[in-house]
Amino acid sequence: MADQREAMAQLFLERDVENFLYHEAELLDERRYEEWLDLLADDVRYWMPMRRNVKLGELEREFTREGQDVNWFDEGKDTLERRVQQILTGVHWAEEPLSRICHMISNVQLLAVTPSVLEPADVTVKSRFLIYRNRVETETDILVGKREDGLRRVDGHWKISRRKVVLDQSVLLSKNLTFFF
Amino acid sequence: MAIAGKRRYTGGLVDVAAGQISREIFVSDEIYAEELERVFTRAWLFVGHESQIPKPGDYFVSGMGEESVILCRDREDRVHVFLNSCRHRGMKVCRYDEGNTPVFTCPYHGWSYATDGKLVGVPYFREAYHSKLDRSQFGLVEVAQLEIYKGTVWATWDPSAPSFLEYLGEFRRYLDLALDAWDGREGGTEVLGGVQKWLIPCNWKFPAENFSGDSYHNISHRSVDLVGIGPSGSGRRDMRERLIGRRLQICFPDRGHQTGAYVLPNEEPTPPAYQHSPVVSEYFRRCEEQRRERLGAWGRVTGAPGELFPNTALHPRQPRSIAVWHPRGAHRTEVWRWYLVDADAPPEVKDFLRQYYIRYSGPAGLTEQDDMENWNYAHAASRGTIARRHPYSYEQGLGFEVENYEWEGLRIPGTVMDVTDSKSSEHNLRNFYRRWAQFMDANSWDELATWRRRP
Repeated sequence: MADQREAMAQLFLERDVENFLYHEAELLDERRYEEWLDLLADDVRYWMPMRRNVKLGELEREFTREGQDVNWFDEGKDTLERRVQQILTGVHWAEEPLSRICHMISNVQLLAVTPSVLEPADVTVKSRFLIYRNRVETETDILVGKREDGLRRVDGHWKISRRKVVLDQSVLLSKNLTFFF
Repeated sequence: MAIAGKRRYTGGLVDVAAGQISREIFVSDEIYAEELERVFTRAWLFVGHESQIPKPGDYFVSGMGEESVILCRDREDRVHVFLNSCRHRGMKVCRYDEGNTPVFTCPYHGWSYATDGKLVGVPYFREAYHSKLDRSQFGLVEVAQLEIYKGTVWATWDPSAPSFLEYLGEFRRYLDLALDAWDGREGGTEVLGGVQKWLIPCNWKFPAENFSGDSYHNISHRSVDLVGIGPSGSGRRDMRERLIGRRLQICFPDRGHQTGAYVLPNEEPTPPAYQHSPVVSEYFRRCEEQRRERLGAWGRVTGAPGELFPNTALHPRQPRSIAVWHPRGAHRTEVWRWYLVDADAPPEVKDFLRQYYIRYSGPAGLTEQDDMENWNYAHAASRGTIARRHPYSYEQGLGFEVENYEWEGLRIPGTVMDVTDSKSSEHNLRNFYRRWAQFMDANSWDELATWRRRP
């Protein structure tokens, strides 16, 4: 019986986490940026490394390092809030007029749960994203990759405590990164 | 030997005297093909930083014009820059961005090259070539000249080009503002790990012009100024020099290099900055003090964005960086950005700056994003048949340049425009295009090295 209870709890947790990620995508795509910020823990780390082409055997050099190298993003909530404020000034030309953005989130996998699936306080969840961005007339970007998130239970709600974004590109094919992953 | 009065570019498509420049030079595919030949094969180009290849066998794949090149350190510790293309059938011999290797082996037929460029391996050399191929003639194509200057590596394909130091001329002092340690010691900077590379849809000359000294585009950055990302929490940079010093635009007509700069008054110390972090603030305070001591009056000069002709941009103040605008067709540019810090700065200072650099510059930078949007759509809106008939205006400050500019006992090298009161000038932009037109018209370096003809 205990096994079944745990299996049910696992299923419930997976659905719960998936729903959270879909809700987050919904807020971003509907441009509810300030509500999106509320989903982030105050000590959130938001990191998107750059990627190099390296030889097999030297793959440890593929990614730029968090907290040490230049990355596409490597920041906390303060900078993320400023990004949102900048969009909301109405004179941030790279996002004015606003882009049309669609986040497709899939392949949601729970990698770790602590202390247990019955009482989950922290989870590590990996997912795939496909972000479609279209702006002004014909400018279109499609960005595909993986995310690894840390989610933390705070007052009965999930908060994102860390996000690692792995974009499957080396030279960035988009002219800017004015949106959120 | 006098240069003919009116040529296709000088006085034609690029009419600097009238302050008008044709849109054709930005959007024409035919002119683009010509500039790859006339500008990019003759000028000195930035390739990378020595600290990226510290050990023998280390390499970093870079670019010159449209072409891929390998910057590497051979077994004898000599630095080389090679065209990244096999001499047999052209395949790229290195498709990694960086690493360490004893040889570059072509994946197509297996010709292999040592890190000094020599062809050392040819499959079936005895059988298929009957041992007759003269391997000494088929090393990797190497640049004609290479110079390592305070850690930065520069190269040109043209054997007749002047040396790098001659190419720099007096602009060297402004390049030093980016490469010397903040306390004024020579050299002393290193690059942070990770070179940002991204594609933008505009001609490479839009960003080159912007960094040459476009001080007119404040409206572009209204949003980031409102939000405040500067190291002291307001605006996009710490700009207190602006309030007490002179704001200058400086160019070198015979070289094509140009930059902005601030000159502080004689008696005033450099204003404090970086108050967000006591450690960082104290670091810069101490550096500024030592800089004044070490450099004397020149210690009052701090840099602003500049452009080393043709496609290397300098950002000597924080965010301290070097960018290269790699041409990728008339309508596209691949930007590469390296970030610089004082090599012996405390880790906390390096980390503070690194975070500031990323939120300011590059495709995720709150400032640079808005720059790019303007270049992109200016380019797109200039391609039309009607649009091309109407040249751009570059008339700000025409005729107000000053030679031998001096302020409070400090002479400033170069042709100077003091924009403290006038706010803005297009003097540096005209200088960039004047030089570009000369490169496009000239048939040889004899014509381009005008300074050698002076009495």
